[in-house]
Amino acid sequence: MGVEIQVTDLTKSFGKQLIWGDVTLTIPAGEICVMLGPSGTGKSVFLKTLIGLLKPDRGSVIIEGVDIATCPEKQLYEIRKLFGVLFQDGAMFGSMTLYDNVAFPLREHTKKHESEIRDIVMEKMELVGLLGAEDKLPGEISGGMRKRAGLARALVLDPEIVLCDEPDSGLDPVRTSFLNQLIVDLNAQIDATFLIVTHDINTARSVPDNIGLLYHKHLAMFGPREMLLSSEEPVVRQFLNAQKVGPIGMSEEKDADELEAEKDQDLPPLPPIPLQLEPSNGIPRRSQRAPGEWCRTHGVEPPPGSFEPNMTMATGA
Amino acid sequence: MASTVATRVLAPVGTAGKLFAFALDVVVALFKRPFQLREFIQQAWFIASVTIVPTALVAIPFGAVIALQVGGLIKQFGAQSFTGSASVLAVVQQAAPIGTALLIAGAGGSAIAADLGARKIREELDAMMVLGIDPVQRLVVPRVLATMMVAIFLNGMVSVVGVAGGYFFNVILQHGTPGAYIASFTALAQLPDLWEGMFKALMFGLIAAIVAAYKGMNAAGGPKGVGDAVNESVVITFLMLFVVNFVVSAIFLQLVPPKMG
Repeated sequence: MGVEIQVTDLTKSFGKQLIWGDVTLTIPAGEICVMLGPSGTGKSVFLKTLIGLLKPDRGSVIIEGVDIATCPEKQLYEIRKLFGVLFQDGAMFGSMTLYDNVAFPLREHTKKHESEIRDIVMEKMELVGLLGAEDKLPGEISGGMRKRAGLARALVLDPEIVLCDEPDSGLDPVRTSFLNQLIVDLNAQIDATFLIVTHDINTARSVPDNIGLLYHKHLAMFGPREMLLSSEEPVVRQFLNAQKVGPIGMSEEKDADELEAEKDQDLPPLPPIPLQLEPSNGIPRRSQRAPGEWCRTHGVEPPPGSFEPNMTMATGA
Repeated sequence: MASTVATRVLAPVGTAGKLFAFALDVVVALFKRPFQLREFIQQAWFIASVTIVPTALVAIPFGAVIALQVGGLIKQFGAQSFTGSASVLAVVQQAAPIGTALLIAGAGGSAIAADLGARKIREELDAMMVLGIDPVQRLVVPRVLATMMVAIFLNGMVSVVGVAGGYFFNVILQHGTPGAYIASFTALAQLPDLWEGMFKALMFGLIAAIVAAYKGMNAAGGPKGVGDAVNESVVITFLMLFVVNFVVSAIFLQLVPPKMG
């Protein structure tokens, strides 16, 4: 069963530059969340703060009653055993083969026999489609393969919380779809809490239970998928639908002239909300909600054509 | 304005403090189990393999220069029979630890800084911490111990090769008397001199490894950052080693009175 992450008033700056401030959200246990945001809004920094690699200036991150931001080093190392983290480039140990990389956490933290380790490693390698590449060094394989190997390593200790830093960057669309399916299936299987940092909109629209959007040094919105996808809030709607019209410009924020120029432009209509990706065995996940449930209970009219099977995934204006 | 000047002036103090804190972390991690024996052996082997040959090659001219200088000087005093002892004293007390230090910092330390720096920017160290493993205990402690051990061995090797080089130059090239050279070995030099040399080598190994590891683990800003880290670690280590050498020599001279021939 997954673990809840409570983030309160988290603020982080590097030197004088504020990265983001007063981020407050609760990542519910066992659910899949996606953290979105334009490039350079500190999504990766947020992830690293959650695992205690970076210390926030203010605020707390509470996991199982322990505040990651202030707890002593020893406790931090204990809490981290709950985590499986996929880094942006996989962060494989360059001097070890993929097999040894994936086996590393098992060898360090468990007293399992080599034969047991072999079974687990092979199972995870198969899960990410890397059977046959066990003896390769990380330098000899493509970025996408490194990423998948990183995921295998992150899963090997059966984590309660899985953090993925841009699992889909540098992967082709087919592999991205497979990876998304894998994340949903894993969530159904092990009930871990997933937090995915990405700016791939297709992933964000179809995979998670909850979406958060970091923009302009703060958390613009965090909530159920349908709430954000049906939101009229300009920043949220611009980003989730990949439109040019809206407050986000090429360099972070548009200036007054640009906003003035597009004042009269009509925002394109909200595209329909796609169905959520289901586990491949068809059995609903524990945290899965019925399509349109949030919209119905909150009296929000979803955009026309929402929740129809086989709808196109096309976004953008 | 005053505060920015103050922060600039105090910045080096902060860095020195961080380095010292890191050294304490290493000492604490030294006692954490399990000890990484495999990593220790691999690193010791690696550091030895990159330093042995250059050290031997440096040791020969070191011994030779001392033999030439001291030999010429001592001749003017008419004390040729003490050439051997002067040469041994100089090599064992000063040349061996310094030669060791140069190679340990230049070859061993730079390799450590480059290795850890590359791991840092590839996020390998982050990944390790996230997997619940302390990189100081897993990577730095074995490297520090390996460097210290190899430094002691190198010190011994430089002593032997340096004295042999001195013998060769004195006897073959300066036509000294072989018997007198060897017979005077213990005239000025004494056993504590050997301990001093070994102690210095141990300290140099410790400092070189800790500075290199600290710089490597704090590399930032991509591949250039790793290059900078290696560069800085070698420069800082050299500076520190010569200061430490002076201080240890001065203290030692107070503690152990020179032997009167």
